[in-house]
Amino acid sequence: MKNEYIPQLSTIREVIKHTDLEYTFRMEFEGEVKPGQFFEVSIPKYGEAPISVSGIGEGTVDFTIRRVGKVTNEIFENYVGDKFFIRGPYGNGFDIENYKGKELVVIAGGTGLSPVKGVVDYFAQHTEEAVSTKLIAGFKSPKDVLFREDFAFWKEHISVIQTVDTAPEGYEGPVGMVTKYIPDLKFENIQNTAFICVGPPIMIKFTVMEILKLGVPEENIWISHERKMCCGLGKCGHCKIGSTYICLDGPVFNYVDGKELLD
Amino acid sequence: MGYQLTKNKAEQVFRELAKKCDVFAPKLMEGEGCFSDTDIIRYGKVHSLDEIVWDKKSDYSFKEALLAINETLFYFTEDQTTVPKGPEKDILIFLRACDLHAVRRLDEIYLKNGFEDFYYARMREKAKFILMGCSQTCESGFCVSMGTNRAENYDAYLKVDGDTVLLDVKCECLESMLKADADAGNAACREHGEGGQADCAGQITVCDVTPDYVTENKEKVTLPKQLSNESFGKEIWKEYGDRCIGCGRCNFVCPTCTCFTMQDIFYKDNPKAGERRRVWASCQVDGYTDMAGGISFRKTQGDRMRFKVMHKIYDYEKRFGYPMCVGCGRCDDVCPEYISYSNCINRLAKEESES
Repeated sequence: MKNEYIPQLSTIREVIKHTDLEYTFRMEFEGEVKPGQFFEVSIPKYGEAPISVSGIGEGTVDFTIRRVGKVTNEIFENYVGDKFFIRGPYGNGFDIENYKGKELVVIAGGTGLSPVKGVVDYFAQHTEEAVSTKLIAGFKSPKDVLFREDFAFWKEHISVIQTVDTAPEGYEGPVGMVTKYIPDLKFENIQNTAFICVGPPIMIKFTVMEILKLGVPEENIWISHERKMCCGLGKCGHCKIGSTYICLDGPVFNYVDGKELLD
Repeated sequence: MGYQLTKNKAEQVFRELAKKCDVFAPKLMEGEGCFSDTDIIRYGKVHSLDEIVWDKKSDYSFKEALLAINETLFYFTEDQTTVPKGPEKDILIFLRACDLHAVRRLDEIYLKNGFEDFYYARMREKAKFILMGCSQTCESGFCVSMGTNRAENYDAYLKVDGDTVLLDVKCECLESMLKADADAGNAACREHGEGGQADCAGQITVCDVTPDYVTENKEKVTLPKQLSNESFGKEIWKEYGDRCIGCGRCNFVCPTCTCFTMQDIFYKDNPKAGERRRVWASCQVDGYTDMAGGISFRKTQGDRMRFKVMHKIYDYEKRFGYPMCVGCGRCDDVCPEYISYSNCINRLAKEESES
């Protein structure tokens, strides 16, 4: 029997620094991974943390990690030329098929862009597979913007609104919450849309409210939840909401099911 | 097959068993209660039938025999991980019907729900369950209401009745041990012309044995049938929330609670080596939902009480098809604030019937 708790040692191939607090670690990994899935990333002695996959390459997976806790602090301090322990992938992830042939809108807040980045990459590379693809990504301020190189590529292929909550005077890009840009979205057929919304719980709540105001059917909306997860295996109980285990049944939910998940 | 044994013979069989297996049963731990000069009944290894507490319910359930409160998942030394050895001997666990029903709940989470848990599975493979009957109801249990007052899937049933011990054995390995002795005994009895009597030379005879079980409890519980997300707004949660101090004892005595938290430690003498453990966790205690970065959910005790109660009688059933609670009543016994979970359920049902 496989012992799922034993992590594998993975070498860091590359570190991409986005901000002082957010780096992407490109790690060696062989196996099938879907965007929206997550791994338990750990440094022995400090613990494990569930981290979404923010990119999938040949023999690699990316983890975009924000320095906010005990484990992630240690990752930032001790990564140089080093290795982490990882186990996964876990969770359902995004199913690209759901978005093909649709007018797709991806709305992400901060590091919430990580789990959905694989979907954006896919449709930026295969623009013909969706009727249209729009990305609305919000960050706190211009210095918090992640994936700058990716944005440059996306802007060439899909419609991108990259906004910041607040900006110093003289800033030229869009300013305001992501919700500000939703009412102006135009569609050929509102029934044939697909929305993906990922971010902090409060952002998801208000974003979905705005999306519904457009007359979008609930089943056209997907959200991804974050919860404390100690195992990722349906055992530890921390991520449970009602009868749903976020680690097994999620973290990606169609809004029809997702709206029933109340803490 | 059922057997009747003399107490002495049973002790002899038991000692033989204890050589081959680790036997876990409720024991009286003198002076180890929560307060000074109080005792506690908890599971521990026993070597004789007399060590087992038969006349009272254990304060803690059997689950610590299968799921350690604090379990090392692996040791690490820089790049290497080493998994600790599993149990070598078989494990015999003495428990009551409600707790035997709880085993199914543990199995549901640890062997099914998603991945199979390596550590639980290797304990479970070695485990055999010996049912202790209930000739009378305990004070706080409501097993009859939960349909957990009878259990059939035991490996053996054992009852001590004065100088006699009654056994019903379903497990083959126990059976083969007893049967050899019984055959020899019966042969001896026939020679004496008194076949089938327990007091004859053989000390062990075959007979029909049916486990004792209760058909009525002092506590009766009616499950509410219309719980839903709508139930979140009920005043009752706030009321219990004001009383609950979030100590988590209800979770730790519960035979069906399975949550744990990961914990990494390293050794003071050698910080390069350490271990990853899992320790029991409580959904009532601060920190249960805390994520790095400061987001947490269910911040009030009322929300946590609602989460627990609804899990036990609604959410679990929605996922697995039967209620989680087995009605052992331990959470009611242990609460320092005298919160009665069974009363809470009855109040929810009453509210429903009145609305």
